[in-house]
Amino acid sequence: MSNTDSYNSEQNLTQAGGDRSLSLFEKIWEKHIVKTIDGGPSVFYIDKHFIHEVTSPQAFKGLEKRGLKVFRPNQVVATADHNVPTLNQHLPIVEELSRIQVQTLTENCKKFGIELYGLGHPYQGIVHIIGPELGVTQPGMTIVCGDSHTSTHGAFGTIAFGIGTSEVEMVLATQCLMQSKPKLMRINVEGQLNKGVVSKDIILYIISKISASGATGYAVEYAGSAIRSLSMEARMTICNMSIEMGARCGMIAPDETTFKYMKGRKFAPQGEAWDKAMAYWKTLHSDEGAMFDKELYIKAEDIEPMITYGTNPGMGIGITGHVPELNEISTEDKPSFVKSLHYMGIEPGTTMKGKKVDYVFIGSCTNARIEDLKMVAGFVKGKKKAKDVEVWIVPGSKQVEKQAVEEGINKIFEEAGFLLRQPGCSACLGMNEDKIPAGKYCISTSNRNFEGRQGPNARTFLASPLTAAAAAITGEVCDVRELLAN
Amino acid sequence: MGVFSTIEEEKKKQLNTAKFQSERKVILSAAVPIELENIDTDQIIPARFLKATTREGFGKNLFRDWRYENNDENKPVKDFALNNTIYSGRLLVAGKNFGCGSSREHAAWAIKDYGFDAVVSSFFADIFKNNALNNFLLPVQVSDAFLGKIFEAINKNPGTELEINLEEQYIKITSTGEQENFDINKYKKTCLLNGYDDIDYLLSMKNEIEEFEKQPTH
Ligand code: SF4
Repeated sequence: MSNTDSYNSEQNLTQAGGDRSLSLFEKIWEKHIVKTIDGGPSVFYIDKHFIHEVTSPQAFKGLEKRGLKVFRPNQVVATADHNVPTLNQHLPIVEELSRIQVQTLTENCKKFGIELYGLGHPYQGIVHIIGPELGVTQPGMTIVCGDSHTSTHGAFGTIAFGIGTSEVEMVLATQCLMQSKPKLMRINVEGQLNKGVVSKDIILYIISKISASGATGYAVEYAGSAIRSLSMEARMTICNMSIEMGARCGMIAPDETTFKYMKGRKFAPQGEAWDKAMAYWKTLHSDEGAMFDKELYIKAEDIEPMITYGTNPGMGIGITGHVPELNEISTEDKPSFVKSLHYMGIEPGTTMKGKKVDYVFIGSCTNARIEDLKMVAGFVKGKKKAKDVEVWIVPGSKQVEKQAVEEGINKIFEEAGFLLRQPGCSACLGMNEDKIPAGKYCISTSNRNFEGRQGPNARTFLASPLTAAAAAITGEVCDVRELLAN
Repeated sequence: MGVFSTIEEEKKKQLNTAKFQSERKVILSAAVPIELENIDTDQIIPARFLKATTREGFGKNLFRDWRYENNDENKPVKDFALNNTIYSGRLLVAGKNFGCGSSREHAAWAIKDYGFDAVVSSFFADIFKNNALNNFLLPVQVSDAFLGKIFEAINKNPGTELEINLEEQYIKITSTGEQENFDINKYKKTCLLNGYDDIDYLLSMKNEIEEFEKQPTH
């Protein structure tokens, strides 16, 4: 979906030869090239490889067929997340195929010597939440996982991207991938965010401006004062959704906020190793004069709380805006636009405010970290959910769940009538039992509003945790700022 | 191409080259058109079908929720292209930004397993493109204008054949004779024409990878 009212300016620059000013991406990229084929891709070295139950079984099968071992098992970390139930995790998984998939992961990890944070383990959780939380994810690394939201880890100044199962097999076998260097884009968000606007709104705003394919072929670096002022968890939300505009990866240069977050985490370097790492990490930023193929400038003040109305994440508007009229859509975009609105049961030209919601899902690798839960708790404290709304809070990991209980956040949820479930991907993709029924509306803090994503014929509005929490209280899509003012 | 010279002769013999060589160079077939943009991988293969632990059999659930009403195999949606008997062939033609969304390779497996050998669109999502190539499913990227011409030709005559020549990198609408060249990475082209996959090449690089690991890192 193209949109006309836009960011300030856009420049196209070509790479200058022999310039020593390097971008953050290039600094990490160049350090990981084993060899470049003439006119072709490069053999690209991977530092960390996360795996989960859904996209790995066929890769292990492939290895076995070739009679290979895992090349560097201690650079692989596994967890079970996509398919797991979010209630009664202590019991065997009821759904047979899910159970087999989780078992297969367990067996493969045992056979190939890979560390597994499976169900019941205190570190289990959504793969993109546990990596950073445990300090496995570190600046300067190259990270892959058979999951497109691997871009999340870019918030630490890493090159992190999703791969397919054949590529999972390659990395298991050789710790390398064949990669071509993407083009580079920098998105600068400057200024101060308005009240009620959080990092999810920034990224939904960016995608609504450049479309669901606007960054395909690019590695995106987010910069600018508004990005710098964000916490690590908020930065992860932004990098997480880079893939929703097609980007190969998203990244943010590490700074004091990053180092403070990392210090003392389970697998973060300690003592002398920490000092050495810090000296390197501090070099990880785009040099003055670094070249980008495309550069965008966005004013933080222009961003309102966002909501999506359609079936791709680019179909988003500010909460006071309106769904485009048919005549605002180009001829070639029309068939998809009409199909999308028909699926959503939404009329062109209407406002989203006042749309009734049936379910509220607060979870996923986009927004299920402790800060997200605290944000929601802070807002709903002393309030009650609307009568006909069902609210699911699914923490991103065991550790998030534990902290929520320790800090009494779970009590606040209970009093509000929200259900705190156990960690997993849950209704983000509806692979387990957590599905939104056909025709129902769910306001969701996840990252995709595709047809059927949350269950066959389910309808999804993507929003920030604050906007979702507000909808839980009022029972409809609303402007959270009006509730904050009261 | 010197790219593969490092793969030992023995390894080469094991590769199933015969299967791909002749049939890979030219595909001549009618096409199935889906004139929609942003077809995401959740539509190509919904998540609930990702519970398998093998690569086979995904074709029957390709576009599952667009193909059947209420998930009922006895109720095919009549005007959906895959169910419409006026369309046939080994080529899928779709609107721009095909394959966006998840990294699930199951999407490529499903398309291939259903019987398609190539997908034609004016724009492909990155990960999907890689996954397709790794499964010898050819993503042919054409201009918006040419894609429009293909849809037009198929709308006029559903049996219209397209010719895709990988060796010479062009796609032709046989009924009108119009053709356009398409891009493909040189390395990937060699892989497709010869039935090599990346893993063969990477395995041949093992020594260099181990040397690389010895360099003092950060
Ligand atoms: S939470 Fe959703 S987007 Fe994130 S890894 Fe799980 S399924 Fe993928």
